Amino acid sequence: MKVTQGAFSFLPDLTDEQIFKQVQYCIDNGWAVNIEFTDDPHPRNTYWDMWGHPMFDVEDAAGVLYELNECRKVYGERYIKLSAFDASHGWESVKLSFIVNRPKSEPGFTVERQEVGGRNIRYTTRSYAADRPEGSRYS
Amino acid sequence: MTEQTGDDSLDDTQTLPTEIDLREEFVSSGVADVLRELDEELIGLAPVKKRIRETAALLLVEKARKRFGLAHEAPTLHMSFTGNPGTGKTTVALKMADLLYRLGYVRTGQLITVTRDDLVGQYIGHTAPKTKEILKKAMGGVLFIDEAYYLYRPENERDYGQEAIEILLQVMENQREDLVVILAGYADRMDRFFESNPGFRSRIAHHIDFPDYKDDELLAIAEVMLKQQSYKFSPEARKTFAEYVVKRRAQPHFANARSIRNALDRARFRQANRLFDSVEGPVGPEDLTTIEDVDIRASRIFEIAEEKDRAEQEQ
Repeated sequence: MKVTQGAFSFLPDLTDEQIFKQVQYCIDNGWAVNIEFTDDPHPRNTYWDMWGHPMFDVEDAAGVLYELNECRKVYGERYIKLSAFDASHGWESVKLSFIVNRPKSEPGFTVERQEVGGRNIRYTTRSYAADRPEGSRYS
Repeated sequence: MTEQTGDDSLDDTQTLPTEIDLREEFVSSGVADVLRELDEELIGLAPVKKRIRETAALLLVEKARKRFGLAHEAPTLHMSFTGNPGTGKTTVALKMADLLYRLGYVRTGQLITVTRDDLVGQYIGHTAPKTKEILKKAMGGVLFIDEAYYLYRPENERDYGQEAIEILLQVMENQREDLVVILAGYADRMDRFFESNPGFRSRIAHHIDFPDYKDDELLAIAEVMLKQQSYKFSPEARKTFAEYVVKRRAQPHFANARSIRNALDRARFRQANRLFDSVEGPVGPEDLTTIEDVDIRASRIFEIAEEKDRAEQEQ
């Protein structure tokens, strides 16, 4: 099951050329682009690991793609997303984020129903991938 | 920037043109302007200008070939500028960045100037991130590495410079469309640098040698510099300065145009002092802008030269 998070996630995966254009758009707007990766696809997992520093002083998208490819070499079997941070006063938050790399197979999620008192049911979403420890989830 | 992307996107959809007017392309791309500026602003440097003109022609033709859909490979644009200090390497690099930008070979016209300090770290593991940081910053434009031979220090085999060189070479090879690298430095030391790093020599297509300026060229440069700052030589001062140039060249640490600039700075300093000390009553713009014979004659260079003459006569 394809994980859909962030912008463009219902579209086919972006090509490098498309990523380049999106990144250039972010840079032209003065946003700093970050690279983040994880192998826990749960939608509530908001704390992804960062690859290097936020790229505040890169003028051209080629610099970001260079780092992205470096990240893919190491974590090619994990989810990688780019987020664009707007540092201007009053915003100071992420303006755009999209997934640029995903594992070859995404096993999807299971729903667990826990029957509790008064015939109530509590639902839990759990990724099959998260059964195994971090680092060996997709290999 | 927008112009360039506009051109590219047209290429994809448009049917191939039947002919291209190179002359028209030459003017409309702004290359003609850059070359004209180069001619007007830089004195001397005839071989350099010739090489740049040739390079521009090559790139223009490559671009035209691309428009026709003829086989083309992204040309290697990395360059090395060799020459003595003060021969205009940095100035020409700036023009080169502009030229490549107008021709659409780099996406931004930026020139990032770095030296060993900016690329090489101080401890293990510090160099790679530092070098990559600079490379990322320079991507889409031109990276100018001044005194590049300092990157390689053969006397210390554990020097971190080697690490920076490896990363640099890798990017120069794999991302030729994203980054143009210009290495600069003194001719003899650059030669030794290339000998010990054959990877660099083969990745650099254009070697441009900057000759020393001739005496009359230096005098012309001095006059241009003065003019930019609204100063001028009095006729005698001009003659004295011509003498000065000859004598300064004989001294050690002669740095071509840079020495001239320093000499002029000192002359302005003396002129200000002279005006302050000697002039009584009001001064006009004529006095304020004119560098006199005495302002230059007071230079230490003349004394040194005289002493030398005297010493030779006594022997």
